[in-house]
Amino acid sequence: MSGLLSTLRRICHLMVGMPAYEDYLAHMRDHHPDRPVMNRTAFFRDRQEARYGGRNGGRCC
Amino acid sequence: MALAATVALAVVALSRGEPVNALWILVAAVCSFLVAYRFYARFIARKVMRLDPARPTPAVYRADGLDYVATDRRVLFGHHFAAIAGAGPLVGPVLAAQMGYLPGTLWIIVGVVLAGAVQDFMILFISMRRDGRSLGELVRMEMGQAAGVIALLGAFLIMIIILAVLALIVVKALAASPWGLFTVAATVPLALAMGAYTRWIRPGRIGEVSLLGLVGLVLALIYGQAIAQSPFWGPLFTLTPIQLCWVLIGYGAVASVLPVWLLLAPRDYLSTFLKIGAICALAVGIVIMAPPLRMPALTPFAASGGPVWAGGLFPFLFITIACGAVSGFHALIASGTTPKLIATEADAPMIGYGAMLMEAFVAIMALIGASILDPGIYFAMNSPAAVIGTDPQQVAHTVTAMGYPLSAEVLVQTARDLGEHTIISRAGGAPTLAVAMAEIFSHVVGGPAMKAFWYHFAILFEALFILTAVDAGTRAGRFMLQDLIAIAAPRFGRNEGPVPGLVATGLCVAAWGFFLHQGVSDPLGGVNTLWPVFGIANQMLAAIALMLGTVVLFRMKQDRYVWVTALPAAWLLICTGTAGWLKLFSADPKVGFLAHAAKFAAAADEGQLLAPAKSIAEMRQVIFNDRIDAALVGAFLAVVLALLVFALRTCFVSRRSAVPTVREVVGPAVAA
Repeated sequence: MSGLLSTLRRICHLMVGMPAYEDYLAHMRDHHPDRPVMNRTAFFRDRQEARYGGRNGGRCC
Repeated sequence: MALAATVALAVVALSRGEPVNALWILVAAVCSFLVAYRFYARFIARKVMRLDPARPTPAVYRADGLDYVATDRRVLFGHHFAAIAGAGPLVGPVLAAQMGYLPGTLWIIVGVVLAGAVQDFMILFISMRRDGRSLGELVRMEMGQAAGVIALLGAFLIMIIILAVLALIVVKALAASPWGLFTVAATVPLALAMGAYTRWIRPGRIGEVSLLGLVGLVLALIYGQAIAQSPFWGPLFTLTPIQLCWVLIGYGAVASVLPVWLLLAPRDYLSTFLKIGAICALAVGIVIMAPPLRMPALTPFAASGGPVWAGGLFPFLFITIACGAVSGFHALIASGTTPKLIATEADAPMIGYGAMLMEAFVAIMALIGASILDPGIYFAMNSPAAVIGTDPQQVAHTVTAMGYPLSAEVLVQTARDLGEHTIISRAGGAPTLAVAMAEIFSHVVGGPAMKAFWYHFAILFEALFILTAVDAGTRAGRFMLQDLIAIAAPRFGRNEGPVPGLVATGLCVAAWGFFLHQGVSDPLGGVNTLWPVFGIANQMLAAIALMLGTVVLFRMKQDRYVWVTALPAAWLLICTGTAGWLKLFSADPKVGFLAHAAKFAAAADEGQLLAPAKSIAEMRQVIFNDRIDAALVGAFLAVVLALLVFALRTCFVSRRSAVPTVREVVGPAVAA
């Protein structure tokens, strides 16, 4: 049940272009333990800019 | 399953003289899609593309936790579907309903299975094997530098036309509708408040802020009725189409230079969730209500065009229903963020092919929506004022004379039930669909008393995501334009300070604003003129994408299977080529831009005024607009022909080569 809810939450977030912060943390921990990590707010702002900054061609008609 | 599809299609096709239940169409579509997904998508994946689940995708070998993230396929499906589903699949089928429901249904089903879903799937595949690069880069990689620039130019022109058409739909829905305009206007301060909330108060809480926004939207909808009836506020929110047009142009210019977190992002949250919610609710509503189709299977307008748009079934059906059957714009999405998120090649059929089938399902629902309405109401709403008039009595008379009995009382009563002053000549698809949604939703929740609420809910939902698209599209168009100009003048590039960006934004807004203004002031309703141009442009982009697919298959030495992309590409080239040719050179002034211009020029020379122009200056304007439209269609034709030449040349070169010449990017087996 909680697995389903968490998937739903992830679906909703990625629908508006927001990947999971946990995945980012896991990636940084596994591959770049030496580098500084963005906190949740910084991550959110970074992804917002990436989605809406115009580089990704927007969405469909 | 195949049997169920066949039976349902047979019922749809063979029933004559009695109303067919909408569920038959739904069943026919869903079963066909499932069969196609099970067999055709798997065939393409295994034989044509030879997908390899073990091969690392960009999300694996370039993983960075940000842009490249291996994502659960259900999550990615939601992301991809939300990105491709927009206003297109809702509008085209509504317009196509003027021919009856049968041609549209068949084209959506056949088109998506053999062309649309193949295109999305193919581009996703190509991009996935090349670091998740964009369509323009892919064309350049596989077909050469010049082809890449031409494709970029074509994509920019299409963007402009899409923005103009979308904005025009909003104008058609909100003109002289204070309730609708108030609720849509209320979303701006609402989004600003949401933006401030996610920026400073609770950063990153998307779910929370979206729920708060939803409450705000419902409040705006409820109070909108009182505002519309208020003697002070009502007139303030009652704008003419021309006024609305200028408001929208101003809005687009300002909104696209604001920081993204302030207006664009929060409104995108609202519009995305509302869009997905409304689509699900519509599906449930249709199943519960199981309405009979009141539009005939075929109308007399199928042969040679009707009041909603001019031209016959071939080729114009195939460009009127663009998104939903096959949409070139999806090639930009399938080569955007999705290929960077896909976890394994085994997920590609579900994302690429499956999501497009889902969009076709939305298009089928829109077609059902338009077909359950009284055909008289449908034609009164979608025919231009120049054809049917503006007075209810006169409209009822004209529409009845077309063969669709309608009384003035019904027309007035319907508008009153919906809380509107009038529903006459509200072309553009959105209002018609909103009426249908009001019928369906009020049948399920609230009864007739809730009709007006549901109508404005539907208008709000459509206007909201169209406005988000206008805003996001202007930004994307600005970058495209900067890239294009930077090819000739590097000082205009993206990293050269704010001035080039502002100039490019201004040019972009001016360009779509020009076509919007032209559409709004066009007495034939504008949709009549602009929608075919949009359809031609969108389908041409699809043809380009499918040609790219063909080139790649040749370069992979998969010559045996090139028909998978070559046949739909050829069909789209024939349709858009014919449609483009007719739009340019047809002798019928209703169809051909140049014939229309010539007719007006001849009249102007003799000092005559032709309706709708009221002065010689307006006559000149009509002629100028026609010529601009003709030039645009000509440019599209030139772009697609040039790319056809490049594609053919590359195909012949690859055929002569004994080994594959495809340029895939192979990532390291293990990510660094």
